[in-house]
Amino acid sequence: MKDVLFEIGLEEMPARFMNEAEQQLKEKTEAWLKEERIAYKRVTAYQSPRRLAVLISEIAPEQATIEEEMKGPAAKIAKDEAGNWTKAAIGFTKGQGASTEDLYTKEIKGVSYLFVKKRVEGRPTRDVLPAFKEIITHMQFGKNMRWGSETLRYARPIRWLVALYGQDVIPFEIAQVTTSNVTFGHRFLGGEVKIAEPGDYENLLRGQYVIPVFSERRDLIIEQIKVIEQEHGCSVPIDEALLEEVTNLVEYPTAFIGSFADGYLEIPDEVLITSMKEHQRYFPVLSEDGKLLPRFIAVRNGDSAHIDTVKKGNEKVLNARLSDARFFYEEDRKGSIRTYMDKLERVVFQEKLGTYHAKAKRVANLAKKIAELAGLDSDAAAKTEHAAYISKFDLVTNMVGEFTELEGIMGEKYALHFGEEPDVAQAIREHYLPVQANGDLPASDIGAAVAIADKLDTISGTIAAGLIPSGSQDPYGLRRQAAGILRILEDRNWDAAVETLIASALDILYAEVAGLSDQAKASEEVGQFIRQRAFYLLREQNIEQDVIQAVAGLEIGIFSYAVKKAAVLAQKRQDPEFKQVEEALVRVLNIAKSDPGHAVEPEWFATESEKALYEQAQTAEKEFVRYQHAKEEHKALEVLASLAPAIEQFFDNNMVMADDEKLKQNRLALLWHVAGLIRSYADLSAIEWKQQF
Amino acid sequence: MNIQEMILTLQTYWSRQNCILLQAYDVEKGAGTMSPMTLLRSLGPEPWNAAYVEPSRRPDDGRYGQNPNRLYQHHQFQVVMKPSPPNIQELYLKSLEALGIDPLRHDIRFVEDNWENPTLGAAGLGWEVWLDGMEITQFTYFQQIGGLEAKPVTVELTYGIERLASYIQDKDDVFDLEWTEGVTVRDIFFQPEYEHSKYTFEESNTDMLFELFNKFEQEARETMEKGLVFPAYDYVLKCSHTFNLLDAKGVISVTERTGYISKIRSLARNIAKAYVAEREKLGFPMLKEEVSE
Repeated sequence: MKDVLFEIGLEEMPARFMNEAEQQLKEKTEAWLKEERIAYKRVTAYQSPRRLAVLISEIAPEQATIEEEMKGPAAKIAKDEAGNWTKAAIGFTKGQGASTEDLYTKEIKGVSYLFVKKRVEGRPTRDVLPAFKEIITHMQFGKNMRWGSETLRYARPIRWLVALYGQDVIPFEIAQVTTSNVTFGHRFLGGEVKIAEPGDYENLLRGQYVIPVFSERRDLIIEQIKVIEQEHGCSVPIDEALLEEVTNLVEYPTAFIGSFADGYLEIPDEVLITSMKEHQRYFPVLSEDGKLLPRFIAVRNGDSAHIDTVKKGNEKVLNARLSDARFFYEEDRKGSIRTYMDKLERVVFQEKLGTYHAKAKRVANLAKKIAELAGLDSDAAAKTEHAAYISKFDLVTNMVGEFTELEGIMGEKYALHFGEEPDVAQAIREHYLPVQANGDLPASDIGAAVAIADKLDTISGTIAAGLIPSGSQDPYGLRRQAAGILRILEDRNWDAAVETLIASALDILYAEVAGLSDQAKASEEVGQFIRQRAFYLLREQNIEQDVIQAVAGLEIGIFSYAVKKAAVLAQKRQDPEFKQVEEALVRVLNIAKSDPGHAVEPEWFATESEKALYEQAQTAEKEFVRYQHAKEEHKALEVLASLAPAIEQFFDNNMVMADDEKLKQNRLALLWHVAGLIRSYADLSAIEWKQQF
Repeated sequence: MNIQEMILTLQTYWSRQNCILLQAYDVEKGAGTMSPMTLLRSLGPEPWNAAYVEPSRRPDDGRYGQNPNRLYQHHQFQVVMKPSPPNIQELYLKSLEALGIDPLRHDIRFVEDNWENPTLGAAGLGWEVWLDGMEITQFTYFQQIGGLEAKPVTVELTYGIERLASYIQDKDDVFDLEWTEGVTVRDIFFQPEYEHSKYTFEESNTDMLFELFNKFEQEARETMEKGLVFPAYDYVLKCSHTFNLLDAKGVISVTERTGYISKIRSLARNIAKAYVAEREKLGFPMLKEEVSE
C-alpha cells in the first residue's frame, strides 16, 4: 500500500501558531479520511517554522464501498387499494436507481416507511486525493494575511506545496503555487530536494538540517542546555513558554552560552531577565546557589559553524540593550515621586475618565474607604491612601516606558529608593495582582486594599463611560479585574459588602468626573457585571446555578460569606430534614414579594399565632443579626429555621388576605418583615429543593 | 563597509530588481513609510517598485548627541514592491549578502512582528529580521492603508541603516560609524543632533508651532477639497512633524493630544480615498503601461 504526503511550504510562521496548527492539520486529515471512507494505518503531522506537513501511511487504494439505506415515503401510501405500488413508491425507487423488488419497510417512531439499499461504489483514492486542497485552504490560524495579488488569507504566504501519492504528484494549485515532489531544507544549510517516496520525508529533511518534529527539537535544546550547565557549573531554569517559542523559531537548534558585562548586574534582576527573555528570547543563567550570572543562553537556527561570530553579535546586542537599561535606571532614580506624579497629569487613562493623575486621586479616596471597611488601623489606613495615590508613578519612568511588563515591579524598587516605607512600596507592586485568572494575590492588607480600589475604579469608570465589555470584547481586561476583586475579598476575609464598595467607587467617580451615564444606571450595570464574575467563580467551585442565584442573584454582600452560605445551602437542598423548614420559609417569600409600605402594629394583632410569630421574629432577629455579622452561616440559618413552626402556626390559623383591610395590611407587614430576614441570608425561593428525590 | 558604500550597494542591488531609485522626500517625517512614495503609492491596483534612503526625524528620541543608540534623526533604507513578489525573502537575503553578510556565518531569523499605525489607518503583518539577535529590518506585508484594504499587497522592507552599520563596522557608538573614508557620523551629524535636541526640548517657539499646526491642518483640508492629493498630503506630513515637536516638548495637554491625533488620522484617511479616486480618474496609468508591455 502506498503512503501519502502533503507539505505546505510557508514563509516563517509565527511561532505561537505552530503547535496548534500541527494538531489541527492532523485532526482535519483524520476527519477527512473518515468522511471520504479511506482506510489508512497512521497519520503523522510535522512542523517547523517553514512548513506544516502530514504523512498518511499505508492508505487504501480506494474508498470503502458501502450500502446506504435510503428512506422513502410512508408505507401506508406505498400501495393502492388493489395492492399495486403507487406513483410515490415507484418514483422513489426510480430516483434511487432501484426497482420495486428492492423495497422493504422499517419502522421509525412507530411509522412504517419504505426503504431501499443503495450501493455506493468506492472511488480510487488517487481520484479523491486532489480534494485535500480544501483541507489546506481551510486551515485556521490566530491571524491571517494576504500577499501579492492573492485573495487567500493564510498565516503567512504559501511558497511551495508537496503532494505525493506514492511516487506520483497529486495535482492541484493554491494561490498560484502548483504541487510538486520538491521540498526545501534549512534556509541556509539545506537546499532543494526531490522526495522519491512520502516515507522518506522525515529523514530527507534531517539531511537538509530540518528537524520537523517539535518535541525532538525541544528535547535537543534541553539536552544542549544541560551540557552547557555541566560544562560551566551553572543552572538554567527552563521557562516552558519561552522554550516552546524558541523551539518554534528554529528548524535546527544549536544552543550556546554568551555573556554580558559584569557591571550590568547592578541593574535589578527583573530588568535583566526581561531584557533577556522577552526581548532577545534568551534563557537567563544562574549560579549553582541561585544568583543571576552575567551569562545567557541563546539558541541559533543552524549548526555550530562560526558560532563565535553569532555569539559575539548576540552579546553586542544584549550589552547595548543593558546599557540603555542602566541609563534608564540611573536617570529614573534622579527624579522623585513628585516629579513623576506631575508627569501623570499629562497621561490619559481613558478619554472620558481623565488622566492617570485624576485616577490616582480617585483611587486614593476609594482605598481609604476600603481600609475603613476592612477595619485596618489608622496607620495602615494612612499608608493605604498614600500607596494608592502614588501607585502609578512608575508608568512615566523611562524603564517602564521601555519594559511595560515591569510596571509595579519598578515602582516598588524606585519607591524604596525614594525613601517610601517598605509596606507602601510593596503595595505598589502588589496592586496589579492577580495578573492572571488564578495568579498570586496581594500578600499584604495595604496591597489588597489598593488592588481592589484600583480595579474597582477602572471597572466602574469604564462602564460609566459606556464601554461595557460584550462577548469576546474586553480590551481593558475588566472581567479578570472583577474576578480579582472578589478573589482578594475572599482571601482577606474582609467584612466589606461588594455593593457598598461599588457605591463608594461610583460616589467618588461621579463627584469628580462629568459626562458619564446616569449614576443609578451605572450602579446597576457595575453590580450586574461583578455579579456575573461572582457566578463564574462560584460555578468554578462546583456550586450549582440555583444555589448561586440564591446567595448572589440579588446582591453579593460579603463575598466570602456568600461562598460559605452557598456551601451550606448546597448541602441543605439535599437534606430531607430541612424540607419542612424550607417549605415554611419559601412560603413567606412567595407571599411577601413587595413592600406593603408600613411597619407592623403589634396592637392590631387579632390572633395568638400572629402575635407569637411576631415575638419570635423579634427575638430571632437580634440573634440572627449577630450571627450574620460574625459570618456564621450555620448558626444564622438555624435561627431562621427556628421560626418555621411559628410560621406554620401562622398560616394554619390566619387568613393573610383577610376581609378586614387593617388586619390584612398588618399581616402582610409581618410577613414582609420575616421575609426581609430570610432574604438577607439568601433568596431561598430560587433554590430547586431536591429532598424529594 | 562604510555607510556610503552600504547605501550605494543597496541602491545598486534594488535597482537591478527593477526598483525605481528615488531620492529622500523633502518634507520632514518620522519614518520612510510616511513618504508619499510608500504610503500613497501602496494604495490602488497600480504596480509600484521603489527604493530610497529616508532620513527620519523623531524629535522625542533626541538625546543631545549623548546616547550611543538614539538619534533625533536616523536613516532608513526603504524598499517597496507591489504586488509583493513570491521570492521577496530570497531577494532580501541576497541584499544582505551584497552587504557582505554571509548567512552561513550568522544567524538570520524572521521573528513575527505585526505593524500598526492607527494615525495613518495602516496595518501590516510580517517580521522583524534578526541578525545574530539584532533587529536589522522591518519586513511588512501591508494589509490596510489609510483605512483601505491594500490590494494588491505591497511588501515594505525598512533597513535601519545605523543599526546595520554598527554591526557591519563593529562599533558600539553610532557617532563612531564611518560615513565615508575619513568621515564619521559624528563629523556630519553631531552638531545637528545637539542643536535639534536643544531646539526641540528647550528653545522651540511653542505658540508659533501651535499656530503652524492649525494653519497646516486647514491648508491640508482645503487643498484636498480641491482634489490636489499630493500637496494636501505634504501638509499632513507637516502637521505630523509639528505635532511631534510639540509633543516632545511636553506642551500638548491630554484632551488636545487626542484631538490632534484624530485630526491627522481623518485627514490621512480622506487623502487615501482621494488618491485612489484621482488615480482612477486618470485610468490607473501605471497599470495600463504594464499591460501594454
